[in-house]
Amino acid sequence: MLKALKGRFEQGFRTGKFPDAPPMLSDRFPGRPVLEAARCTGCGACMRTEVCPSGAVAGKDGRPEIDTGKCIFCGACAEICPEKAIGFSQEYRMAAMTRRALVVRPGEPYIPERPTNREFLRFCGRSLKIRQVSAGGCGACELDFNVLGTLAWDMGRFGIQIVASPRHADCILVTGPVSRNMLVALKKTYDAAPRPVWVIASGACAISGGLYAGSPECLGGVEEILKPDLYVPGCPPHPATLLEGMLRLMNRR
Amino acid sequence: MLPMKIGNGMAALWREVPVCEMAEFRAWLREISETERRRIAAFFAVPDDEQFRLVAVAEDAGGCGFALCSVRVCRVYPALSGEIAALQKFERLIAERDGLVPEGHPYLQPVRRLREDEDGRGFLAERGAAVHDVAVGPVHAGVIEPGHFRFECVGEKVHSLEIALGYQHRGIEAMLAGGPDEKTLHLMETADGSSSIAVATAYARLIEALSGIAVPAETVTLRAIALELERIANHVGDLGALAGDVAFLPTASFCGRIRGEYLNMTAELCGNRFGRNFILPGGTRFGLDAARAGKILDWLRRVKRDLDGALKLFFDSPTVLDRLENTGRVSRETALHLGAVGPAARASGVARDARCDFGWSEYAPYAACECVTEETGDVLARARVRLRELEFSHRFLDAALAEAVRRPIEAVRCDSGIFPAADSIAVSAVEGWRGEHIHVALTDSRGYFEVYRMVDPSLRNWEMLGMALRGEEISNFPICNKSFNLSYCGHDL
Ligand code: SF4
Ligand code: SF4
Repeated sequence: MLKALKGRFEQGFRTGKFPDAPPMLSDRFPGRPVLEAARCTGCGACMRTEVCPSGAVAGKDGRPEIDTGKCIFCGACAEICPEKAIGFSQEYRMAAMTRRALVVRPGEPYIPERPTNREFLRFCGRSLKIRQVSAGGCGACELDFNVLGTLAWDMGRFGIQIVASPRHADCILVTGPVSRNMLVALKKTYDAAPRPVWVIASGACAISGGLYAGSPECLGGVEEILKPDLYVPGCPPHPATLLEGMLRLMNRR
Repeated sequence: MLPMKIGNGMAALWREVPVCEMAEFRAWLREISETERRRIAAFFAVPDDEQFRLVAVAEDAGGCGFALCSVRVCRVYPALSGEIAALQKFERLIAERDGLVPEGHPYLQPVRRLREDEDGRGFLAERGAAVHDVAVGPVHAGVIEPGHFRFECVGEKVHSLEIALGYQHRGIEAMLAGGPDEKTLHLMETADGSSSIAVATAYARLIEALSGIAVPAETVTLRAIALELERIANHVGDLGALAGDVAFLPTASFCGRIRGEYLNMTAELCGNRFGRNFILPGGTRFGLDAARAGKILDWLRRVKRDLDGALKLFFDSPTVLDRLENTGRVSRETALHLGAVGPAARASGVARDARCDFGWSEYAPYAACECVTEETGDVLARARVRLRELEFSHRFLDAALAEAVRRPIEAVRCDSGIFPAADSIAVSAVEGWRGEHIHVALTDSRGYFEVYRMVDPSLRNWEMLGMALRGEEISNFPICNKSFNLSYCGHDL
């Protein structure tokens, strides 16, 4: 017991300062993409199908748009651009409440969305009980969600808690593109949760199928069967992106 | 019959792979599966006119790398798994994927495909008034991947455990055919998200072998740095999770935080906590300059002190040891028989580690490779293997990063494009934190993948968990499961 106390003392206080201070990010962290309208000549290099592995770059009037709901942040589009018109900021606040807000357009300023769902705020303003379901995917989205439960992030401080049974859940957090083999289990979990129930799609896979969109073994994301209330981009989303998104959904920041 | 020899990360012409008689093939495989220093690495079918070729890739530790041999069979052929247990899953996969019928297979259950009706999968039902079934999953209580476990219990004792997976199946192997293309590398990185670096490295080596690209020694070291960071992060996470499962909360919470530090070091290296978009065929996306290497080195040393404290507390606690000792034992014979690999096999005394077996040059200048083994094969042994492997990884990182401070490593890329040789076969192996990842690719007449098989260590290890549970209390399942911590997505692909 004394040893445990000594150990506890030596480890110190380790919960990060987030959200009072921005999270510590690597200078190589690729955050929300930036498209510089002034630089883009419309050459179309980034829009060629063999560039983006997840089909996230689309052309509109000869200029690219990046759908962060599909993007896996590999940087290939930025590397191919001869004008250096595509870059990645350190903006980690990428979660959105509408699918539309995930699309980055040239020259458009970015302001993170505010919650509009009054019903949600009335029911869950101060706490959020989450049942997570992995439905395909690679397991990294789950790992970085679990990280929020460690003392480095301690999401329990904000009333966000992982629950074992869907019966106790306010919210179903889905990761993965929804593999055909998980379809029934995901639907059953959703049906077992008491209403009203909200849905979070976390990671490129869950939002749009990500890399797996088009595979006959998967659907193209949660949207094919459920309507998400929060979309969290990333492959996998940085813990700060996910936590910030949830806090914003709860109107707590 | 002489199997073809081929080194780790080397290519050869497909037509040089020998075809032998079934009896010889069988005898050869049996011999391999019974020898500790050798093992069956991959086994798959390739369509061949009206028939099929069954190709076996065996590892020959301390020898030259791999030995390849094949046999021609018709759609229906006599199963090999009856004699060679290590082949059972490979033969099931062949049946499921290629439609072959291994006649007389002792356990021809689906691997990645669920039947349409949910309960359609037959389980090995036990008979008897005292036997009852406990069915768990696919959705589990925590935040983990899906899988279904079926315990046949007598009272509280588990008589047998059947493991039914496939829920994470995304069809990766099918998507790889016709590549490499812009997706291939990223499919590799997400085959098993916790082993992105290991899998991407195995893929990169394979492509480099097929395309005749030589990468500089520093680049290879840089990849090894990332690989060891990945190993440490996961081992620390596993030890923390084990602590959590035996309700030893100090270590559980310390390790949760400490694991994050290692992930952040990986992010410092390449921007992503899981090392995504770092390893490229032909090089790495980023280099490692002196300042960054120094920063990571200091960080590593600082965190190592915290880690030592957290783990000492755990391994010095008699209540913990009592709980882990003699729980979930897998004997050496069983591990060999099943063809187990990685830390799980090493914990049962089977000395297999791709880092040592293939004499990896990247480790040699910094730390002598050692294959860490334990004898008892219980949960404690699996924990101790991880503990001891952490030491090696830290020693290597310490030396390699210190060298990078003196001599920074440049990013190297292959800008001239990647052109895999036609009609060739290549094999590569990388020791990830769960064990060795084996990649085998066969190219068509234009140099595109005709067949790409990735063998995740978990594919070869899941049966070990089933064996560990036999005769155990069902309440010991969580710690047994954690002590292996196998991958669902890597298995299901
Ligand atoms: S960074 Fe995103 S948009 Fe750009 S190529 Fe990669 S996945 Fe596509
Ligand atoms: S979004 Fe990326 S990290 Fe998340 S499950 Fe899919 S592949 Fe894995």
